[in-house]
Amino acid sequence: MKIAPELDGDRITIGLATCGISAGAREVLEELQKQEISMPIIQTGCIGMCYNEPIVTVIQDGKKYIYGKVQREDVQKLAKAIKNKKIYEEKFICNELNELPFYKKQKKLVMNNCGVINPLNIDHYISKEGFSGLKKAIKLTPNEVIKEIEISGLRGRGGAGFPTAKKWSFIAEKKEEKVIICNGDEGDPGAFMNRTLMESDPFKIIEGILIGAYATGAKDAIIYTRAEYPLAIKTLQTAIDICNKEKLLGKNILGIKGFDLSLRIQKGAGAYVCGEETALIQSIEGKRGNPQPRPPYPAQKGVNDKPTIVNNVGTWGHVSTIMQIGAKKYSKVGTKKSRGTKIICLSGDIKRTGVIEVPFGTTLKEILIDIGGGTPSGTKIKALFSGGPAGGCITPNKFNTKLGYEEIKSLKTIMGSGSFIITDENTCMVNIAKYFLTFTQSESCGKCVPCREGTKRMLEILIKISRGVAKLEDVDKLKELAKFIQNNALCGLGQFAPNPVLSTIENFYDEYIAHIRDKTCPAHVCENLIHYEINDKCVGCGNCKIHCPVGAISGNPKEKHIIDQSKCIKCGKCYEVCVFKAIDKK
Amino acid sequence: MKIKFTINGKDVEGKEGEKILEVAKRYGIKIPHLCYHPRLKIVGACRMCIVEVEGFPKPVTSCSTPIQNGMVVKTHTPQILKDRKINLGLILANHDYSCVTCPQNLSCKLQKYSKEYGIEEILYEGEKRPFEVDSSSTSIVRDTSKCILCGRCVRMCRDIQTVNAIGFEHRGFTTKVSTPFDIPMKDSSCVNCGQCVIVCPTGALTEKSNLDIVIDALNSGKHVVAQTAPSIRASLGECFGMEPGNSVTGKMVTALKEIGFQKVFDTNVGADITIIEEATEFVKRLKENKNLPLISTCCPAWIKFGEQFFFEEFKHMSTCKSPQAMIASMVKTYYAKKNKIKPEDIVLVDIMPCTAKKYEITRPELKHDTNYVLTTIELAKLIKEFNIDFKNLKDSDFDNPLGECTGAGTIFGRTGGVMEAALRTAADFITGKDNKDIEYKQIRGLKTLKEFEVKIGDYIIKAAVVHTLGEARKIMNKIKDGTCPYQFVEIMACYGGCVGGGGQPRYEDDEVLEKRAEALNKEDKNKKIRKSHKNKQVLKLYKDHIGEFGGKKAHELLHTKYSKKEHL
Repeated sequence: MKIAPELDGDRITIGLATCGISAGAREVLEELQKQEISMPIIQTGCIGMCYNEPIVTVIQDGKKYIYGKVQREDVQKLAKAIKNKKIYEEKFICNELNELPFYKKQKKLVMNNCGVINPLNIDHYISKEGFSGLKKAIKLTPNEVIKEIEISGLRGRGGAGFPTAKKWSFIAEKKEEKVIICNGDEGDPGAFMNRTLMESDPFKIIEGILIGAYATGAKDAIIYTRAEYPLAIKTLQTAIDICNKEKLLGKNILGIKGFDLSLRIQKGAGAYVCGEETALIQSIEGKRGNPQPRPPYPAQKGVNDKPTIVNNVGTWGHVSTIMQIGAKKYSKVGTKKSRGTKIICLSGDIKRTGVIEVPFGTTLKEILIDIGGGTPSGTKIKALFSGGPAGGCITPNKFNTKLGYEEIKSLKTIMGSGSFIITDENTCMVNIAKYFLTFTQSESCGKCVPCREGTKRMLEILIKISRGVAKLEDVDKLKELAKFIQNNALCGLGQFAPNPVLSTIENFYDEYIAHIRDKTCPAHVCENLIHYEINDKCVGCGNCKIHCPVGAISGNPKEKHIIDQSKCIKCGKCYEVCVFKAIDKK
Repeated sequence: MKIKFTINGKDVEGKEGEKILEVAKRYGIKIPHLCYHPRLKIVGACRMCIVEVEGFPKPVTSCSTPIQNGMVVKTHTPQILKDRKINLGLILANHDYSCVTCPQNLSCKLQKYSKEYGIEEILYEGEKRPFEVDSSSTSIVRDTSKCILCGRCVRMCRDIQTVNAIGFEHRGFTTKVSTPFDIPMKDSSCVNCGQCVIVCPTGALTEKSNLDIVIDALNSGKHVVAQTAPSIRASLGECFGMEPGNSVTGKMVTALKEIGFQKVFDTNVGADITIIEEATEFVKRLKENKNLPLISTCCPAWIKFGEQFFFEEFKHMSTCKSPQAMIASMVKTYYAKKNKIKPEDIVLVDIMPCTAKKYEITRPELKHDTNYVLTTIELAKLIKEFNIDFKNLKDSDFDNPLGECTGAGTIFGRTGGVMEAALRTAADFITGKDNKDIEYKQIRGLKTLKEFEVKIGDYIIKAAVVHTLGEARKIMNKIKDGTCPYQFVEIMACYGGCVGGGGQPRYEDDEVLEKRAEALNKEDKNKKIRKSHKNKQVLKLYKDHIGEFGGKKAHELLHTKYSKKEHL
């Protein structure tokens, strides 16, 4: 394999995925381009360390220098250091990524190119074994390709973990026109792995789709992604255009007669429920994005009634990897039932937020502590919420559990997309349940009664609890409704919506009781259940009085001040500005 | 291949692809359902039809679950009952409880299930979604406070009728059924067919009531007369607990008389006149081979649909008024003159199976001959308000001079009837003989497109009978692209024709319509005269008042014109 010249020799790379751009990478790039540096500057995608963006890597004389949190004002100094062949100490992180605890336990099988190559340079991709998976695939029969995927043990990365080979075989045996869909309608709070992959290595996804098309005989493929991912769409579209030009898409691909594939992007209009496959298909057909009863399954009747398979962006990425490195090698990674790696997004109260890829079998503790670095506040982790609003919470006593579909399920939550939201001791569990339910309730499509009406009533009860006006029997009502919705809602969105509520009731029942019986919020979060008081440490500086937006604080200079509770709106400004710790949140 | 399984321990059988609910229904096992309708796409939205199936971890919706050999289904377990109750509680929490003032009071499915499942308290309280009442339409009132979002109306309007006047808006808790951009119904593409009303399980969609205004008219001292459409007699009895298919012609006339209508005329006579005019028109066009196919124009919903979507093809339309409008014209001219009553002193109330008729009478080209339209449902309400013991009424005859119809006029009330009646007359007109072969059984029944060929004299006539507007759209598209092989087309907007009209008692199963149609066929068969042009009363009418068949005065009195209707 020939290495693209830009990837061999002195160069600077800068991460320009959405996370990098929002941290200021574009400004840094502009500034870098103004400097007189005689090295190519390569724009890459995301390397995963969101907490260190913008990230600039300098490769000089065969040595690598990785800089993080680089801002525009750093660039001149960095340029000077480069010219003098020195390290710019101020923003220097490391020479090699695996020196960092964040990377030590990761295994990049799918994200190996992310942040390394220019996502839109097909030569870069090819020089990293790109399209070698496809080339191997076409030497096999379609059935053999499916067999390879079966050997790899690949399961859907969208959440449910359905065996990919099995799904493909449903449509492979059909003679009529078939459609394959790449589901990039990522919408879980705290999930951005699809976006990262689409922005950072689009050819890998396309290669996966090509392999799937070859194996199933589908001649139409659609990447469905949300319009709120403009960069991902632009990147993918450019990559598709390149593939069309290079005859990697279109008719008689790679000279194989009858291996045709047209690939297009369909933008979603921002409904979370369109990530559900039957709603997604409706949306592709131009209809209202409502889930449909199954059967008929998409493999029987999908887009325009054609047999259809829907796989997640991540799954397609894994398909490329499997064919590139070989199914046997891939299947050695992970656990018996969950093979390979899983991309996980860490967010919330965690020191090192970002996108990680770990082998199945890694313990949650390793993910949260070794990779994630624990909470920024230094308090203990209170709970991990996996699977976004459809999942539940995992308490620290279960952190020895290994990552795997069944293992996570045994903790009464789900793997889902792989969104891990971490909460620390300052989090109110009623409030977070309310947060998740607010999300699903507002994203309900409104079609079936349990989800449309039921989640609303559940939310109303939760709001009552958080305001301290609920009764104990309301918890029973909440549980009854939750069970009913789990069992009777039409689609996954509704069926899983009660999970965060049931899970927090089970694990943090005391907190619910405190809100209801004692009318207190133990984490001091729920507005209606807290108040602020000034204690004896007050020196009468008057700072709180100046900052109070409603004039609720009174007192003479150098005397202890007092808060008029009837006026206080509990905004917490006084608490923030007091340097004497004279204000208590109770 | 037959599939055998059990429901509630009972051995049952079904065909491959059938759903649990369909089979259960056939075996008389009642599973509650709100969004399921045999003719609409299955959506599984209301979750009322959940059942337990052995081996399934969760309840399944019986409307959408295909049957399998050896399946063990239970429809009423304690868990299912509990879940259905919660489900109903949730629906009701967002429902307007004003049952006593609801037009659907005592004929509402939600009310019925609430009673069946013992809902005796409000289970959930909280925010209700904002609602609106749109009574801008001449025909249909939409009250979203009663809407349970089952989507039957939307599927009917979109999938069956292809009118798309209403659809879902917003999402989640704020989802509602509305017109595009929330414009008033009267400005929408709604053709007033009322098929949405027929399928609505609650009072969210109802016909616009003219009852009070009719009672006022009866109270006004004016000369109030009525005419009743062909299909009313076949369905009215159902409102009084009678089985579908019982013809109640005589009782209906008696009831109207007891209520205070001075004369009761038969729209069937109008149908006979229509046939004479339309057959004349058809034979003329056939001989000239011009503007074929001729398309029937008895159905006001179809006319508005055509005016909206296919006006450029309107040269194919018959220019005949509907039978109802023909009678109205006769009442306000011939009857008025004969009885020396000023037309403006006559209040004509038309009893119709149809919500679109309420719109039709507002068309200026019909000169407002009819004052008010009541639907079958409204007439039943009126009879009940007057405390009339309908079932035990004696029979009365219609009043002359517009009271004696032929069998041909009678069958207008069902799909294929206009075609069959027209061919009976056209055949005689073409051949100049009294043809004996008058039953066209191939165009009976509920297939939405019935094509057939018949040899009359030297002509081989290809014709088609369609009902539902979706089917009409297909035919019109064929006409548009020049691939329509027919010379004569009958179009009715409602499934089954007028027996399934938007103003009829609500029904779900084809069987009901078949029985209503059969009642009309039976009346036809029992008539001595079964061809419109042999109607002696009508022939006298032509002699005394109208003149020649299809002549100048006939055109003045009995024909109409159309105009393009803008739509959104």
